[in-house]
Amino acid sequence: MTSKNRRNLLKMLAVAPFAGGLLTLAPAQESGQDTKPAKKPSSRERIRERYFPNVVLTTQEGKKVRFYDDLLKDKIVVINMMYAHCQGICIPVTQNLVKVQKLLGKRVGRDIFFYSITLKPEEDTPMALKHYAMMHKVGPGWLFLTGDPKDLELLRRKLGFVDPNPKVDADKTRHTGLIRYGNERLQLWAACPSQAAPEYVAKSILFADVRKPLKRVS
Amino acid sequence: MAYISKRNRRLERERRNASLNRREIVAAQLSRREMVRMGLLTSAGFLVAKNGLSSRAQTVATEPVQDTATQDPNADSFGQTGQCVSPATTPFVEDFVRMTVKQPETQGLFPTPQIVPNNAAGEGRTRNHQVVTSPFPPTKQYRIVQQENTNVIISPQLDPQTMWTFDGLVPGPVYHSFYGEPILVRNVNNLPLDNGGFGNREVSTHLHNGHTPSESDGFPCDYFPNSQNPVIANAFFYDHYYPNILAGFSTPPFAPLGDPNESMSTLWYHDHRVDFTAQNVYKGLAGMYLLFNNKDNNDETNANGFRLPSGEFDVPMMLADRCIDTVTGQLFFDLFNFDGILGDKFLVNGKIQPVLHVRPRKYRFRWLNSGPSRFYQIFITRDNPVQTKNFWHIANDGNLLPAPIQVTSAKLGVAERMDVIIDFSTMAGQTLYMENRLVQTNGRGPNCQLTQAGQGNRLVKIIVDLPSVPDPSTNPATAVFYSLPDKTAAPLVSRTFAFQLTQNGQWVINNQFMNCDVTRFKVKRNSVENWTFRNTQTDRPSWAHPIHIHFEEFQFLQGGFSADCFNAPPSSVENSRKDVVRLNANSERQLFFRFRDFLGRYPIHCHNVVHEDHAMMLRFEIDPIGDTNPNP
Repeated sequence: MTSKNRRNLLKMLAVAPFAGGLLTLAPAQESGQDTKPAKKPSSRERIRERYFPNVVLTTQEGKKVRFYDDLLKDKIVVINMMYAHCQGICIPVTQNLVKVQKLLGKRVGRDIFFYSITLKPEEDTPMALKHYAMMHKVGPGWLFLTGDPKDLELLRRKLGFVDPNPKVDADKTRHTGLIRYGNERLQLWAACPSQAAPEYVAKSILFADVRKPLKRVS
Repeated sequence: MAYISKRNRRLERERRNASLNRREIVAAQLSRREMVRMGLLTSAGFLVAKNGLSSRAQTVATEPVQDTATQDPNADSFGQTGQCVSPATTPFVEDFVRMTVKQPETQGLFPTPQIVPNNAAGEGRTRNHQVVTSPFPPTKQYRIVQQENTNVIISPQLDPQTMWTFDGLVPGPVYHSFYGEPILVRNVNNLPLDNGGFGNREVSTHLHNGHTPSESDGFPCDYFPNSQNPVIANAFFYDHYYPNILAGFSTPPFAPLGDPNESMSTLWYHDHRVDFTAQNVYKGLAGMYLLFNNKDNNDETNANGFRLPSGEFDVPMMLADRCIDTVTGQLFFDLFNFDGILGDKFLVNGKIQPVLHVRPRKYRFRWLNSGPSRFYQIFITRDNPVQTKNFWHIANDGNLLPAPIQVTSAKLGVAERMDVIIDFSTMAGQTLYMENRLVQTNGRGPNCQLTQAGQGNRLVKIIVDLPSVPDPSTNPATAVFYSLPDKTAAPLVSRTFAFQLTQNGQWVINNQFMNCDVTRFKVKRNSVENWTFRNTQTDRPSWAHPIHIHFEEFQFLQGGFSADCFNAPPSSVENSRKDVVRLNANSERQLFFRFRDFLGRYPIHCHNVVHEDHAMMLRFEIDPIGDTNPNP
């Protein structure tokens, strides 16, 4: 990456208000937070029901967390799939995401969180994932997650990290290189290739960071 | 009324049963062969028309079944695989709605449009207008507002929908523009922060196939407001300058008016926000834009023109398929779908399966496939006895063909437009259907199969029951339109583009990823290029990509191949100027381009907008020098 690009991105980050910005939205503008009792679930609840099973996962530190309650709710998140002994794209992807993490700076761990979910929970113990994280010198705010294989398979499918070709889907060396990024509160969800230029991946993640309300015109 | 509600209850029950049955089939992981053996599936790939299996038994006789191998047993009725089961609706209860014609402002816009971006006043543009007409600003000015509408009725049997609209309308109002009459369109963004589940209120409106300067093109990365760009972080409007000028106006031999054989007729506009195009267009941000000139002149009585059916008899139709969430009753967008999204509700001009009453005479229909992912092959079908009617294909991607071609069907990939003339003069009293008979079971692309006549998706019911009127419009059998521009000029550069999935499921073009900030190649202004597009991954047989190139149209060159019957070249209808290539699996197409007049950045992208949003796109630029990179 050129230092100029890096400077520009840092400049962009600097002008945006800090994490609190997300929380200072007027209540009326908050998404999906129905204040009156409604028969129908809000769109935010629907997204949660449909895509985000609240399964218990274990972090590389051995801590138990719930996928929705602890990892997604009210956060900007970046999610990818990996496994520790991967000989394929996991290493370049992780290296690329480490660069992305550096570009996003201190916001990672404050309002932006990275989650790498293992495809091989049978062999990826928290310790194995911790080694992997240390090997790649990942910073704070980035969790590596393992858990019950059934839960992880459900999660993978719910997140759409599935190849339509069953042979490809069964071949873990060919697992998806896409990352999902999103803003849970604002219901902004999209995806981008994890191996794109780190500056562009960082920029894309910030697409989910729409904070300033529009000036209203009549 | 009691009858209707009883009927609805029965429909609803059938629908639920069908859904359950299909889920059982999915859960049992029946293979196609097993289903054929069990008599559930015909060898052509359709579910046998048993009411217990088809959710549209009442409305459409058959429903294609998902490829069971790809089914996700954990999916709910919406699936993670693009399968959709919306609440039942009775077809053909709503009248067909004609688009509202957009009217210009009666007074000049305030603040007055200017060449330099007016960021101080809240404009989101970042580059100067490339002005080529005078005066500036043009006297014809429009103001269009992107806004939420919480009361969009797509069917009387469904809840009012909350959609994002242009001027409150779905589809947006239709522009009537004229060559030689430049316009300025002020896009005002009044979208809310609360998106109701999907959509990004940052927008960039693209005029699809406009010969438009880059800064007014609606380039995907030129969205506004843009919280990453302090200058336009709070922008709320963006002025688009559409010169409505013919390609070739800036150089001999066609200066200063341009080449009349480059005239376009049927364009459309839609949001193009990078990474969120599919969501925003699905949510309603699309409309049509018609361009007239002294030949295609919106007046069928004018003997100096082509006398194409006009006024009441010129009917733009925006096709869209959508899915409705049974729980919320609202539009459902499958956020984490990678293949492409198919709906089971077929909307035309914003209504599910409407009824159009016509007179016994000729009509011009302008069909637009607004996506997100479905391909169509449209027939005009009569019931009792089932009969397929011929009609005249007159334009491809909005460009009039050298002459009308008589056809039995018209094919539309996503974003394609096909204009046709249908002569109802001998059909007084008949009921006909616009019927999509192309089988498509997932968002990846169509199967190479058609349903039987009368067994497809019925889009519009056409009843020829209005009184007859004189028909001064042209006879399509003898009509002649524009000549095709020369495509024999030697190219300055030949380039090849391979559209692929990586081993790890990421879209690439020539093995590179999308980046808004990286220009992959530069085309020299006023030069000729030949491009080869390939979709030839042998291990990826099911993906079709409707590839769209902004700014300049192409013509197909001889050569190339396509293994898919949906797209078997050369078809005479493809002997045309075009802006979308249906690049099916195992195909290669060769394109002739002449890049003229304007400078700046434009994209090439897959118009299966779900693929586009997963980065199947690149940025190129037109500049005075260009480069010669053959594999950019």
